[in-house]
Amino acid sequence: MTPDHPALHWSDASVTLGQRTLFRHVNLTIPTGSFVAILGPNGVGKSTLMKTILGLQHLSEGSVSVFGGSPEEARPLIGYLPQRHHFESSVSISGRDLVRLGLDGDRWGMPLPFANKFSASARAKSAQVAEVLEQVGATSYADRSVGACSGGEQQRLLIAQALVRRPQLLVLDEPLDSLDLPNQVAVAELIATISNVHGVTVLLVAHDVNPILSHLDQVVYLAHGGVLTGSPKEVITSENLSALYDTPVDVLTTSTGRLVVVGQPDAHGGHHPHLGHGNHHGHAG
Amino acid sequence: MSSPVVSLNPWTDLSTMWSYPYLRNALIAGSIVAIIAASVGWMMVQRRQSFLGHTLAVVSFPGASLALLFALPASVGYYGATVIAALIARQSSDAQTADDRQSNATIGTVQAVALATGLLVISRSSSFLTSTTSLLFGSFLGITSNEVLLIAVVGVVTGVVFIAIARPLLLATFDATEATAMGIPVAALNVVFAVLLACVVAATSQITGALLVFALLVMPGATAQILTPKVWKGCAISVGLGLGILWLGIGLSFYLPRLPLGFCVTSVGFFAYLVSHVLVALRSRPHLQGNVA
Amino acid sequence: MTASLSTTLLAPFMVNAFIAGTAIALLTGAVGSMLVLRVELFTADALSHVAFTGAMAALLLGLVTGVGLLIACISAAVVLALLGRRIGRSDAAIGTFFAWILGLGTLLLSLASTSSSGSTGTSSITVLFGSLFSLSSTGTWLAVIGSTLGLIALGIVLRPLIYSSIDASIAQARGVPVVGVSIAFAVIVGCATALSVQAVGALLFVGLVAAPAGAAMRATTNPFATTALSMGLSVAAVWTGLFLSGMIPSVPPSAAIILVAAAFFGTAKLSESLVARRAR
Repeated sequence: MTPDHPALHWSDASVTLGQRTLFRHVNLTIPTGSFVAILGPNGVGKSTLMKTILGLQHLSEGSVSVFGGSPEEARPLIGYLPQRHHFESSVSISGRDLVRLGLDGDRWGMPLPFANKFSASARAKSAQVAEVLEQVGATSYADRSVGACSGGEQQRLLIAQALVRRPQLLVLDEPLDSLDLPNQVAVAELIATISNVHGVTVLLVAHDVNPILSHLDQVVYLAHGGVLTGSPKEVITSENLSALYDTPVDVLTTSTGRLVVVGQPDAHGGHHPHLGHGNHHGHAG
Repeated sequence: MSSPVVSLNPWTDLSTMWSYPYLRNALIAGSIVAIIAASVGWMMVQRRQSFLGHTLAVVSFPGASLALLFALPASVGYYGATVIAALIARQSSDAQTADDRQSNATIGTVQAVALATGLLVISRSSSFLTSTTSLLFGSFLGITSNEVLLIAVVGVVTGVVFIAIARPLLLATFDATEATAMGIPVAALNVVFAVLLACVVAATSQITGALLVFALLVMPGATAQILTPKVWKGCAISVGLGLGILWLGIGLSFYLPRLPLGFCVTSVGFFAYLVSHVLVALRSRPHLQGNVA
Repeated sequence: MTASLSTTLLAPFMVNAFIAGTAIALLTGAVGSMLVLRVELFTADALSHVAFTGAMAALLLGLVTGVGLLIACISAAVVLALLGRRIGRSDAAIGTFFAWILGLGTLLLSLASTSSSGSTGTSSITVLFGSLFSLSSTGTWLAVIGSTLGLIALGIVLRPLIYSSIDASIAQARGVPVVGVSIAFAVIVGCATALSVQAVGALLFVGLVAAPAGAAMRATTNPFATTALSMGLSVAAVWTGLFLSGMIPSVPPSAAIILVAAAFFGTAKLSESLVARRAR
């Protein structure tokens, strides 16, 4: 786990579920400290690709390394936020306790009552939780029941929960889904700050690329069979996206130089664009 | 009564059974109950409210024992208790359909309170054992013609209400937001369905006993849900299964008198459930696919 | 009155009832808070019916009732946990399963009543409604030992259990053996069911797990505090219930316990809605 290892490296990776091949011979490298988005139509295996990093999905061929080691070895270095719906209103756990579970929820046993009074390590853990809550701006509602929090507040708490162990890699599955526009922008900025300021590698699956586009270092498009990767400017072009989604997609450049994708490509997830295996651009190895 | 012999000719067997007046009542009342329980129970399965259904079924026991204590007709106890319990359980819930944590705890508590009350009442009466056993496990074969009449009336009324509300109720079940946007009174429908379920449960438990109502309520719906994803076809299959399960169950227990009726009915139902699981598994085998993330 | 009351409270059957009742209440209170968190009360409901069939089978096979209950409840709980994994948490499947188990119970009941004398009816009612007052000292010991073991096991899995109940996929990514934990919990629930059937009976078991836990859940947002509070309320319900039942002999202990527990639940619910109204 030396610094010269890339954060993530898939080599010749394939996943087959039953008789269905999700992706084949994927070669992909994510450098340490970068902010990367995985995009693509529904059902091409974006979430599955994420799960291979977590050791929750085994590859049928090829290999994946996380900071130079196996996914199981790297588990303590990864913070994960799964694709999810809201917590129901009847979930009665406070945000602070939820984040605390992210810190020690996998340990057997149970906490002793009044541990903070007697144990310095318990106090240190509480402080760590408070710090990460402050970092995501969730302190003001951290003691409320999670079920009573809004969608944006729940998402911040879950990000805090993924961050609390100070991971080197943050894996986020559609963190902006089901948030309103101001919250999408705010959460995207929060994630970008985590990546830039704290040097955390961020891998994020997104449905809609626009809110995060200006923050991204690298984009990975996953389509049926293969991947297309590179910097946003290289990859996000009208030709590439139209071919990927098999439907006309426009990429505009605003007066401030920002890219905007028009045409809601994800609505056409059922099509199968013809894309060669392997990679076309940039960092791909 | 000499034990009847099976002729293996369905028509002869059925007419043999029909020639016993007590069995005729049981078949008529049972069929009505099977139809309404299977259709309303199918909806209950779609709404994932089996826990509520089972609780209402159990509540009929204290209802009936209270009625016994005050020398009221048993029907008053059955219908009164289930309807009141349905209103309490639903009133306290903000979940539209499936039971969440809060309503889950409320329903469980309602059920236990009802049973505790039933125990309290019935332990004061002298005929503790006989009446408890018959209230819990039913007296299917002791149904009078008057009771058949009441069940028929309840069957028609609940059937009409069910048909009237079924379509909007189903929309409210699967997409409450959409239903509200279309002007459907979702909250009111939830309550109406709970009361409907309560009436059906009361009618059914009068003949099957409190503990076995649930078989007629949940088994046909659960089996139909496996067999088809189509909505109204599922309801029709459920009704067919309900009738089939009941008749086969009564027939089995008639020709094999050692087997109690409750066992026969639930076994036929469970068998149908298992067989349909196997059928569906076989049907989907050739194009088996894994889950896609 | 005072003298007779203290005589009643110190009678051996009463002492046994208090000891066993306390042990069982601690276990069901803790298990109940997890069942409410996991929205699995219907599973508990199903297990209590399995208990009835298990007891009837034990009667028929000449086994000790407690042993029959333990075997039946634990195996059914594990089956339901595995079933839930394979076909998703489906209440219709659970309902179908236990409706049949109950039907099987009626068969065993009728077989047992034809093969033995009149005691079967009484024992079936005992299983359905339970009675702490009729516990032998062996039964008391069984309850204490069983509850202690159950509590220790629950204490070991508690934190990962809460983590995976809140969000299974996050917990799994963190390396929590989610399946193993849920099976371990199923065994504990089965054990709690079998033990409490003696205390409050198969039919009232759901109330003993639902009411204290439901009340506790409304009072705190820390899952560990909820568990502790639920245990406390459960013990309070058992003690008050036993006391009431000792004072008014015509009230069966199980009914008294459940009614007290339900009163706690009602109070918690009422005060919560009052607080909510004041806040508005």
